[in-house]
Amino acid sequence: MSSSPSLVTELPAEALQGSAGLRPRRRRAVTSRGHGPTAGAFLLPNLVLVAVFLLLPLVWAFWLSMQKIGSLGPSQFLGINNYVDIIRDSVFWEALWNTALFTLLTVPVGMAVGLGMAILLNGVLPGRKLIRSIIFLPLVISGVSSGLIGAWMFDQYSGFVNNFLHALGINGPDWQSNGKWAMVSLVLVTLWIRVGFDMIIYLAGLQGVDPEYHDAAMVDGASAWQRFRAITLPLLGPSTFFLLIMNLIYSFQVFDTVYAMTNGGPNYSTTTLVTYAYKVGFDEHGSGELGYAAAIGVVIYLITLVITALNWRLSRNRDLAS
Amino acid sequence: MATTMLASTSPRSDRVMRKRARGRFYWLRFALALVIALVMLFPLYWMLLTAVSTKADLYRSGLHLWPAHFTLDNFRDPIRNFPVTRWFRNSLVIAVLVTVITVLVNLLAGFAFAKLNFRGKNPIFLLLLSTMMIPIQAIMVAQFKLVVKLNMFGSIWAVILPSSASVFGIFLARQFFIAIPDELLEAARCDGAGIFRTFRSIVLPLCRPLVAVLTLMTFMYEWNDFTWPLIVFFSDNQKFTVPIGLVTDIKGQYTTNYGAIMAMSLLMALPMVVLFVAFQKYFVQGLARSGIK
Repeated sequence: MSSSPSLVTELPAEALQGSAGLRPRRRRAVTSRGHGPTAGAFLLPNLVLVAVFLLLPLVWAFWLSMQKIGSLGPSQFLGINNYVDIIRDSVFWEALWNTALFTLLTVPVGMAVGLGMAILLNGVLPGRKLIRSIIFLPLVISGVSSGLIGAWMFDQYSGFVNNFLHALGINGPDWQSNGKWAMVSLVLVTLWIRVGFDMIIYLAGLQGVDPEYHDAAMVDGASAWQRFRAITLPLLGPSTFFLLIMNLIYSFQVFDTVYAMTNGGPNYSTTTLVTYAYKVGFDEHGSGELGYAAAIGVVIYLITLVITALNWRLSRNRDLAS
Repeated sequence: MATTMLASTSPRSDRVMRKRARGRFYWLRFALALVIALVMLFPLYWMLLTAVSTKADLYRSGLHLWPAHFTLDNFRDPIRNFPVTRWFRNSLVIAVLVTVITVLVNLLAGFAFAKLNFRGKNPIFLLLLSTMMIPIQAIMVAQFKLVVKLNMFGSIWAVILPSSASVFGIFLARQFFIAIPDELLEAARCDGAGIFRTFRSIVLPLCRPLVAVLTLMTFMYEWNDFTWPLIVFFSDNQKFTVPIGLVTDIKGQYTTNYGAIMAMSLLMALPMVVLFVAFQKYFVQGLARSGIK
């Protein structure tokens, strides 16, 4: 996603590459005239799938969001009434706040910790490859499994965390019945899953930092912190940027971990926008209001668009600055 | 020759060199890394420990880091009471089919964007790009209505086809194909091979690592996928995939018996952990590649 701006700026150069070869005339004949139908054949399978199962539902979602659709009976056109209901819906606002809070707590912390781990493991250490893999491991486990592990470890009566705290002489918090603590446990489990990803991307970025910069700065008497601030951090810009977007979108759309760990509870204290949309539309205890769920979905999409647009602006400024 | 002599005659300078390479706070950093690794690994160990412990042991007071009574009942009981093996088969079939379809169509499209010129190339590319940010939750109601209209609801194709509508692989593929020299393709053409033939017998063998990365990542994603299969299969537990069965049936039934829940979580995570350990290089490469761009 974040790659979009750079890919777009790449395009003209690459288009040129096709015609600026050694034999421009022949090359052009090969690549532009003869390949229309062939290119179509190469693209068609993907295009059909995307058009039918992504683009069509996207357009349709707007239409459905303006209707009242229950599990029974005919649907009924409501215009913007679903959206008016959303504005009046206190649970929606709570879910929006939870989503923002969750995002705010997971994204910066995860990236900072991931960066720290990457720097730590970029140096010479015994068994660093093994340690890297271990940090990466939670990522290959499903959000469902991690949510279930989290639910069990943070069980307030006999979970490991409270047993551990008890052994230290601390009375552990009520992770399941107190909404604030439920959110904290969800954030901790999410960080456990995600830091490996942040670490890997930052490690790749660090490999691209030329050690000569550091040597030169060291000759000039720069301290380790100064070198980090003035050299490493700016050079990691693209990685940071990529991670920011990936993490924002991930945190914004987290579903399986929440569903398995807290199921949005207690009450609505860990219900995020996407969990709420699911509950409204599909949950067996929910109202089965598909139209309203579609409207919440459209709102989720619009917020995602805003995040992406901001990202686009930021990235353009970044490109101009550099 | 000179270096070996140096190393053998002056162990001290060798030690100094090694020390310099290690940098400052070597042991402190190592200790810190070790602690982090242990913390990261611990929940997985806890899952394993819980899975082989008796229920009575789980709810003892105090901190126990070792099973008091080893048992496999936590695996046996759910497998006896629920169609767990069926869920595994469903998961496997769906993940394999989605992976085959996705990787194939993404490779083809990536090739077109990297090596073929055609009208509307950039707009189509942008259009595909833009679909990457459509959250499933934004379109799930419409997708649900769509598969009902297409008479697919409840069949595995209702999961497979929408899940295969993905463009993530196109970008990795495109980057990879650009690196293949045009001359190679033209040589094949001069020898009389058509584009598809060239693609199959020249391009594909060259991009084994790419296919490996895409296959692994798609398979892992699909094996763990939850939201959409949950919507499609919610009402029929014979059709569940493993994650859905785990959360709805197993967790629903054994709410207070985390032994069974952890045992089944372990069964589900195990294939992915094995895949990861075996193909670690590709996972890391694939991720790092997607970040560098």
